[in-house]
Amino acid sequence: MTAASGAGAPGGTALFRHGEAVTARRVATPMWLRAARYWGYQYKRTWRSSVVTSFLIPVLYLAAMGVALGSLIDKHSHGVDGVTYVAFLAPGLLAGTCMQIGTNDATYPVMGAIKWMRTYLAQLAAPLDVYDVLLGHLAWIAARLAIVVSIYLAVMAAFGIVYSPWALLALPAGVLTGIAFAAPVAAFAATQDKDSAFSTLYRFAIIPMFLFSGTFFPISQLPEWLRVVAYVTPLYHGVSLCRDLTLGQVGWADLGNVAYLCACAAVGYAAGRRTFARRLVV
Amino acid sequence: MTHVPDSEQTRPDAASAGSAGAADVPMVEAHGLVKRFGDFVAVDGVDFSIARGESFGFLGPNGAGKTSTMRMISCISPLSGGTLRVLGMDPASEGSRIRARMGLVPQEDSLDLELTVLDNLMIYGRYFDMPKKVIRERADQLLEFAQLTERAHDRVDPLSGGMKRRLTIARALISDPDLLILDEPTTGLDPQARHLLWDRLYRLKQDGVTLVITTHYMDEAEQLCDRLVVMDKGRFAAEGTPRQLIEAFSTKEVVELRFAPGQHEELAPSLAELAERQEVLPDRILLYTDDGDAALAEVARMGHVAQSTLVRRSTLEDVFLRLTGRTLVD
Repeated sequence: MTAASGAGAPGGTALFRHGEAVTARRVATPMWLRAARYWGYQYKRTWRSSVVTSFLIPVLYLAAMGVALGSLIDKHSHGVDGVTYVAFLAPGLLAGTCMQIGTNDATYPVMGAIKWMRTYLAQLAAPLDVYDVLLGHLAWIAARLAIVVSIYLAVMAAFGIVYSPWALLALPAGVLTGIAFAAPVAAFAATQDKDSAFSTLYRFAIIPMFLFSGTFFPISQLPEWLRVVAYVTPLYHGVSLCRDLTLGQVGWADLGNVAYLCACAAVGYAAGRRTFARRLVV
Repeated sequence: MTHVPDSEQTRPDAASAGSAGAADVPMVEAHGLVKRFGDFVAVDGVDFSIARGESFGFLGPNGAGKTSTMRMISCISPLSGGTLRVLGMDPASEGSRIRARMGLVPQEDSLDLELTVLDNLMIYGRYFDMPKKVIRERADQLLEFAQLTERAHDRVDPLSGGMKRRLTIARALISDPDLLILDEPTTGLDPQARHLLWDRLYRLKQDGVTLVITTHYMDEAEQLCDRLVVMDKGRFAAEGTPRQLIEAFSTKEVVELRFAPGQHEELAPSLAELAERQEVLPDRILLYTDDGDAALAEVARMGHVAQSTLVRRSTLEDVFLRLTGRTLVD
């Protein structure tokens, strides 16, 4: 038997049929979706603990800070901006949680996929291109955000602090807030060689933003110059948007919030295309 | 989308895999291929062509440019110069389509250590958009082939280096590729694991899979490669079948002589005329000659008493060291 005709011939292993195993599909799955599917597969190992966490965190926060601390605030200052403190706080925390998930999922997992597990490299050896790899990862982060936000909104409903059908739109709003962070952070993570930059990012950007972007109190409480700083942060716009939606106080300003968050996501994605290509296609 | 001639667009079916029509298109064809990293030239204008069903090797010391060449063939690294066609297509514009028909075994494993052996195959097949059922059937066959059936449901992390390597190869074969690219497939493995791997790769070769291999193990190259190039400093130092290379760059036999310490420098001049070429190393003298026994008899007749002598056939290693030097490259 000659080497070249061995395949499929009598006595061959039938393992190598040169292309027959990959049957052409009517509609090919987009490449980025194939990348996203990988992360979903990964998630299946840990989804239970992840879902329990996404349920417990809002319950604990809303009970402790919203209801317990909130009763003091409500007694002394009659709520915040005309609503109870828990109703004010919940959408802020929702946006803040989305920021944290978006950031978390775009730091260590991105670096790991480049350096430790080399997931991206495995994907790039398959038919995926570098942009598919980036878009697929962001798409997965969006899907995970959607799961978390859905649970969060259900908890809010159980607390009786969802005031309007507009609240349904808090689902895409929360996802958008998370991606407004995930996209630029992923772009940044791809430029890093060590994870030490991530703790700096948290210490000097994420945590201050979480505390001072209107999550826990209206930014009108801040001194003038800090108010300007808060106004530029993406989180402020995420918080305002989510709050207006769950409280049913939607206005034209919310279009501005959406536009600002979309701009952050778009700029981040464009930067990510550059940094991913520079890092992975050499 | 670029138009591709029909002969390249349609895959040859199993029956015609060896027919002349399909074999006419080289699997890989490179002209003046260059790879630069800043000022450093890793690959400095090389030409080669790899035919269907051939097993082609890149040999060379570390830093010779083997991996850079492989990464360009794998369409994961853009060229800095020259032209390259893989499976009749242009990597710059059709990298994705090329990779869909190619299996890549990178130098460093990129397996998902947290997942099971089977899951790693399933995930990889999904990148190629294969239906789950098809992947599952094929995974079973490949696990059998890679002797990993018993470990199918174990996590990858605790597996031995040889098992991980075999899994990486099985994974690269999940999409039934026309071309399998292996970058140092057995580096770091123990002898048993290496021999098992060679046996598996030899079977692939028998099945008509085109193999492209880099290695710095000469026995590996001799066992697996129909044709090979020796790379040094980004260029090809030689090209041919293992036999051709030995004939061209070495003698039939080599006599290794070991004398008492200090005697080597003193004896070398008188021994030089016994061989076509002589090499004086710190611990021994090598005489390259077509008749080793005759040379050895002559050494004895001259009255030199060696501590140990060895007459052996030339190997690719002799060719390799002659072409790339004995200095350590790091």
